[in-house]
Amino acid sequence: MSMNRRDFLQVLAVAAAGGLSLHSNPSEAAKAATRMYDLPRFGNVSLLHMTDCHAQLLPIHFREPDVNLGIGPMAGQVPHLVGDKLLRHFGIRPGTPEAHAFTYLDFVKAAKTYGKVGGFAHLATLVKQLKASRPGALLLDGGDTWQGSGLALWTNAQDMVDACKALTVDVMTLHWEATYGEARVKEIEEKDFKGTVDIVAQNIKTADFGDPVFKPYVIRNINGVAVAIIGQAFPYTPIANPRWQVPNWSYGIQDDNLQKVVDEARAAGAQAVVVLSHNGMDVDLKMASRVRGVDAILGGHTHDGVPAPVIVKNAGGQTLVTNAGSNGKYLGVLDLEVKGGKVTDFRYKLLPVFANLIPADPAMDALIKKMRAPYEGKLAEKLAVSEGLLYRRGNFNGSWDQLILDALLAEKNAEIAFSPGFRWGTSLLPGDTIRMEHLLDQTAITYPWTTVTMMTGEQIKTVLEDVCDNLFNPDPYYQQGGDMVRVGGLEYTCDPMGRMGGRISDMRLGGKLLEAGKTYKVAGWAPVSEDAAKAGGEAVWDLVARYLKGQKVIRSRPLNLPALKGMAGNPGMA
Amino acid sequence: MNMQRREALKAGGGLGLFGLLAAAGLITPSQARAEWNKSAFDAKTIEETLKALGATGAQSSTDIQITAPDIAENGAVVPVGVVSALAGVEVIALLIEKNPNPLAASFTLPAGTEASVQTRVKMGQTSDVIAVVKVGGKFIMTKKEIKVTLGGCGG
Repeated sequence: MSMNRRDFLQVLAVAAAGGLSLHSNPSEAAKAATRMYDLPRFGNVSLLHMTDCHAQLLPIHFREPDVNLGIGPMAGQVPHLVGDKLLRHFGIRPGTPEAHAFTYLDFVKAAKTYGKVGGFAHLATLVKQLKASRPGALLLDGGDTWQGSGLALWTNAQDMVDACKALTVDVMTLHWEATYGEARVKEIEEKDFKGTVDIVAQNIKTADFGDPVFKPYVIRNINGVAVAIIGQAFPYTPIANPRWQVPNWSYGIQDDNLQKVVDEARAAGAQAVVVLSHNGMDVDLKMASRVRGVDAILGGHTHDGVPAPVIVKNAGGQTLVTNAGSNGKYLGVLDLEVKGGKVTDFRYKLLPVFANLIPADPAMDALIKKMRAPYEGKLAEKLAVSEGLLYRRGNFNGSWDQLILDALLAEKNAEIAFSPGFRWGTSLLPGDTIRMEHLLDQTAITYPWTTVTMMTGEQIKTVLEDVCDNLFNPDPYYQQGGDMVRVGGLEYTCDPMGRMGGRISDMRLGGKLLEAGKTYKVAGWAPVSEDAAKAGGEAVWDLVARYLKGQKVIRSRPLNLPALKGMAGNPGMA
Repeated sequence: MNMQRREALKAGGGLGLFGLLAAAGLITPSQARAEWNKSAFDAKTIEETLKALGATGAQSSTDIQITAPDIAENGAVVPVGVVSALAGVEVIALLIEKNPNPLAASFTLPAGTEASVQTRVKMGQTSDVIAVVKVGGKFIMTKKEIKVTLGGCGG
């Protein structure tokens, strides 16, 4: 089916009649909504880009960060802008659906007004409409697609594999996919995806001889134009995630090899070259400045919803760098005009996917219902009711993480708790029931064990410094793209502009300074070492579920945030 | 996709790895017979090591490239390569600044050899890795930081 303007208006009218007040001014909202999806075709090559959906098949809420700091040369630069600074930079009017899609501003009210975002059934309708209006268009998936929900974990990613085939994904690259293990990824590539979806990754090699594990790139003919899609998997997968899950694969940024692949693709006749990347935006921006001959880098990993591309000049001309957010919230549309063997012009739009404005595709809807059916009971289990907003995203802490930390402290009887700075995890509005599905949205990983470790004050500082450098190293090639580890019980001061090993200070427990040689009881989860995997431990969702059921009603609780040094006036902070 | 070398080696059956490599002409038994510079390998600091190598005062140069990951996947086996396009390279030494004994490897190149070496080094912590090259009787050097991290918490 394809959608036209009238369909959208009808949907909108129904929504308005049902009490959904868009902007409390239906005609203005109708115009805004129609404009949003009324995207005139441009050029002769179109690429649709989704990334980091984290297995969210149904519409959800996702609050964008109010802290997304850029350090050194990245300070105040895209994507390190939040709230009204982001709106101003991209010329988005406050109070519009776009302002809600791209910022945390007035989140609860706007979320109630505009409704949920994403969902594969709605995404499918939009993809069909865009593929119909843009013959030959490809759908590219930047990865982090198979992980992030209970259903994906329990089906060993089969739900997402089937949904992506139904969504007509053409080419994808990888990150969290690898946490299902090498064998599972290759099985999906060689069986499920055979003849439909190409997995590309120029930077995954065998650890022994450096042979390619996946195709580095594919060339597709779009309206007579040869277009190369090169894959760039998340370069630090075996570091940020358990190495034992990919023991025979070696990663890395490998921009010298990327240059070789670009040159090879050009020599093979590619007139347009696009890198489908899971580097994270800062790494993509640096890579774009170093590699010649790439027309666009369609990026993900850092979950930055960036409304317009950054144009990076380099020795080969220029490269567009985009980032398409997360959780199925957006679909990127890149239209290229290719003339005389090269890209001469472009249009780009990052479309927010408002579930209330795009009807569900019936076939995808039926597929999702069928896949969920055996698990509905477990997913729907009621754990507690939240009085406040629950969200995760942000450099230092979120209310969902605070809840997990409080659960770890209480259930493990620990003095300090650590929770990983993941950027995925959906949001719940005040008054929402917390169901098992929502808890799994925050925790569903293949190494979910909770841990208790006796650590010295010095070791605790080492951990905080290590993670902090992965976030704030002034050279993006030394970053890993997650947020700061969330900390319970312990107060500290953070100087993001400090040097490696010198950013964390004034660590206090109950007001008393931590002693370097003293031992403290620290609870955590998601250990990456193979020893931790062998040791096992209670899964974090079981521990938190028990805590939530005991609490019944979750009151809004203060976030444990570090005191920040030197960040006043940084546009990456509210 | 082409069969990967690991598969080819498995398929090679009874013939051992070194047999295959030798058969392929990749290693020859006469290699690795360079003189062992004990004092250089025992040295505890960069200065002592450079002195023992006779490389004190080596000038920084852009004619040497270190190929290595920015962040090590496994500190126990970090792949590091050194390449130089200069003619007449005699020695390539690899130093890890923060290791207890910085000198990790020293390669003596016979005349006419392409100056390109690859090895695996062990690193306990984030450190500069220094490549020292002897060419035309003079020493030059370059360095690159390799980060060794605890891991976890990504994405």
